[in-house]
Amino acid sequence: MFPEIGHFALALALALALVQSVLPIAGASRGNAVWMKSAQATALGQVLFVSIAFVALMQAFIVSDFTVRNVVENSHSLKPMLYKVAGTWGSHEGSLLLWILILAVFGAGVAWFGSNIPGETKARTLSVQAWISVGFLTFLLLTSNPFERVFPPPLDGNDLNPLLQDMGLAMHPPLLYFGYVGFSIVFSFAVAALLEGRVDPAWARWVRPWTLAAWVSLTAGIALGSWWAYYELGWGGWWFWDPVENVSFMPWLLGTALLHSAIVTEKRDAFKTWTILLAILTFSLSLLGTFIVRSGLLTSVHAFAVDPERGLYILGLLAVSIGGSLALYAWRAPEMEPGGLFRPISREAGLLVNNLILVAATGTVLFGTLYPLILEAVTGDKISVGPPFFNAAFIPMMLALVVFMGLGPFLSWKRADIAGLLDRIRFVAVLAVIPALAAWYLLNGGPIMAYLAILGAAWLLFATLREWAVRIRLFEVSFAESARRARNLPRASHGMTLAHAGVAVLMMGMIGSTGWKSEEIVFAAPGTEVAIAGFDITFEGAEKVQGPNYIADRGTLVVRRDGELVTTLFPERRYYPVAESQTTESAIRSTLAGDLYTSIATPASDQMNNAGAWTLRILYEPLVNLIWIGSILLVIGGCLSLSDRRLRVGAPRRAKKSASDAVPAE
Amino acid sequence: MKRLIAGLPFIAAVIFGGFFLWGLNPDRDPNEIPSVFISQPAPKFDLEAIPGLETPGLSRSDLVGNERPVVVNVFASWCVPCRAEHAVLTRFVEREGIRLFGINYKDKPADAVKWLNDLGNPYERIGSDLSGRTGIEWGLSGVPETFIVDGDGTVLFRYVGPVVGPEAVERFTEALKQAGALPSGAAS
Repeated sequence: MFPEIGHFALALALALALVQSVLPIAGASRGNAVWMKSAQATALGQVLFVSIAFVALMQAFIVSDFTVRNVVENSHSLKPMLYKVAGTWGSHEGSLLLWILILAVFGAGVAWFGSNIPGETKARTLSVQAWISVGFLTFLLLTSNPFERVFPPPLDGNDLNPLLQDMGLAMHPPLLYFGYVGFSIVFSFAVAALLEGRVDPAWARWVRPWTLAAWVSLTAGIALGSWWAYYELGWGGWWFWDPVENVSFMPWLLGTALLHSAIVTEKRDAFKTWTILLAILTFSLSLLGTFIVRSGLLTSVHAFAVDPERGLYILGLLAVSIGGSLALYAWRAPEMEPGGLFRPISREAGLLVNNLILVAATGTVLFGTLYPLILEAVTGDKISVGPPFFNAAFIPMMLALVVFMGLGPFLSWKRADIAGLLDRIRFVAVLAVIPALAAWYLLNGGPIMAYLAILGAAWLLFATLREWAVRIRLFEVSFAESARRARNLPRASHGMTLAHAGVAVLMMGMIGSTGWKSEEIVFAAPGTEVAIAGFDITFEGAEKVQGPNYIADRGTLVVRRDGELVTTLFPERRYYPVAESQTTESAIRSTLAGDLYTSIATPASDQMNNAGAWTLRILYEPLVNLIWIGSILLVIGGCLSLSDRRLRVGAPRRAKKSASDAVPAE
Repeated sequence: MKRLIAGLPFIAAVIFGGFFLWGLNPDRDPNEIPSVFISQPAPKFDLEAIPGLETPGLSRSDLVGNERPVVVNVFASWCVPCRAEHAVLTRFVEREGIRLFGINYKDKPADAVKWLNDLGNPYERIGSDLSGRTGIEWGLSGVPETFIVDGDGTVLFRYVGPVVGPEAVERFTEALKQAGALPSGAAS
């Protein structure tokens, strides 16, 4: 019965979404306050009914209700409980339901917390959000009903893809979705502003917390996915430039640009149409991601059951939402008032450069991702674009970005003092050369790009810390005075420092683990010894182990350094009989200095030549953990900024007078 | 001018949309990689017979100059799908009258002999590719793989994986017909 309740709740949510997509916006244009207010109730109602549907599906997974097709196809009675729950969003249908739930949550969030947003803007925003809801709810109900029953019910299910039975991956989709669906509300705000024909600093301030929340989740989601790939796929890499990784990365890049351009709109009333365009494009790229993952358009390791009919439906949704919003932009944007003026050397100019680089980087990733499709359409040739293209095109842009990232926070609004700036950064620039030279001297080798990157990362880290020190006047005044200044700084400012420092840390991890990675692949019989990065590893043999829903070959590797026992690692190769697939469970000795990464496999095609031999893959990845630590710093920085009182207290009220007078020049 | 710039994103979106619409064409399979071997001459190779087996060895010259195209199958006794495919290929030889040559890939001679004795030997000639060198020449991506080669020594068709199951058999039969590898008037 629960599945039917769930199905019915979805239909009710669709009904509410239909009402919400018409009534509030009509109210806004007619000045009918009651109609506008209705969005409040319908937005909350939607989240309630979609939640009921989501819980109903989850219940079916938890009790292993094999009369529901979705459960049969993606679950198994022997699967651990955590993964039964996670199975709810493991399939195309379930993940789409999660998508819709998050869409409803953001809509309800604005309805509930947005008491400081004027009625008309709020009504329009919520109506636009409801248009997206209608599109996706009809998509779910018409093509991908998660509650479809199956008769006769089988005795057991087909199991979830074992690769996905993992803690990191159970949490990866919700975070990622929270990120990229979260940009939907920013999109709705942007479309509402275009309909209204007005953007001002207050608008930027309403949008900012939602952008930040989405950005923080997306950051965490991408980092978690990368971490999962690192330890689960068994190749020891953390980023592969796979099309599906790229489609989650593009909204992140553009979302980062949006986060920064919205600051300019908020503080200086400039970059208005630009911010609107970024808001539209960021969510458009999220939608594009959904389309690519679910339509089978490109070759990727990530794939849902692909169905061209679904692809066509989403393409239709894309055409309406992206095409419609960009057409609206083309029509209304030229009529908007241009904002405040600024000098070539100023905070605004710095952020403009930041935006241009980020947009160019997004364009590069988009081009690289879609190039195989475009080439195939034009010439019929089939190719794939791999890491060499992305590394060659993307990394130099990021290095340029890092230079400006260090510089930007020192610049003041409108017009910066060049002499003072040079005075402050000279010391930092000299300091940044030291780690690069030290690395050159100590390591004596490695790609030249890696040294440039070390220089960039060091520059960013020192410049960020220096800027923070300048703000609190560290070492210039007494320590107590500095501490008092630090407390009085807005949290958004600390957030920026932390996030920028996080990028520097992240870069260090990336440089270490790509520039100085050592790798050994050996066919090993028991007793084989491997030496790597100062460790001596002895392969003691492998044994069969029985897990809850798998059988594993577990290797035993004794790790010694200078004759002393360091640790014993147990990498596994698991076989899941129900799903008939295998996974690699790598064993990692993790320290801040680097990871000793081991995985084991029996190669099918070489059984003959190397009878009884196991394939061992042993890697040493220096500093790789800094990638995750840097990502955590980014997330904490974002959260800190989100908790800034400026975003909570009733500051963002629209000025009574003309908007451009609203913010005093600093 | 301002209007034109504001309209650019829309125009870009429409162009991308066109490509996407084209990409959704149901006949298109982005995972299919066309073989570079099709319409190319088969590689040169000269393989010894499997020791302990009466079937003679195989070289490129055995593939050329035949009146109809022949089939080259790469197999190994350690390859489990090959066992299933073996029955299918045997049926093709017995019922359709195709000419089948084998490349025994990275296999111990004793294992290969036992395997062929147990299951039967449908191959006219078998070359023993113990080192895997010839496999590389043929651009193998795995075992089994099956090729159709015409009288000029040109590769006409490549099938990756076992020719097992109705869909694979149908594709293979179709390729044989198109290549003219079936003797005229063969019972079907």
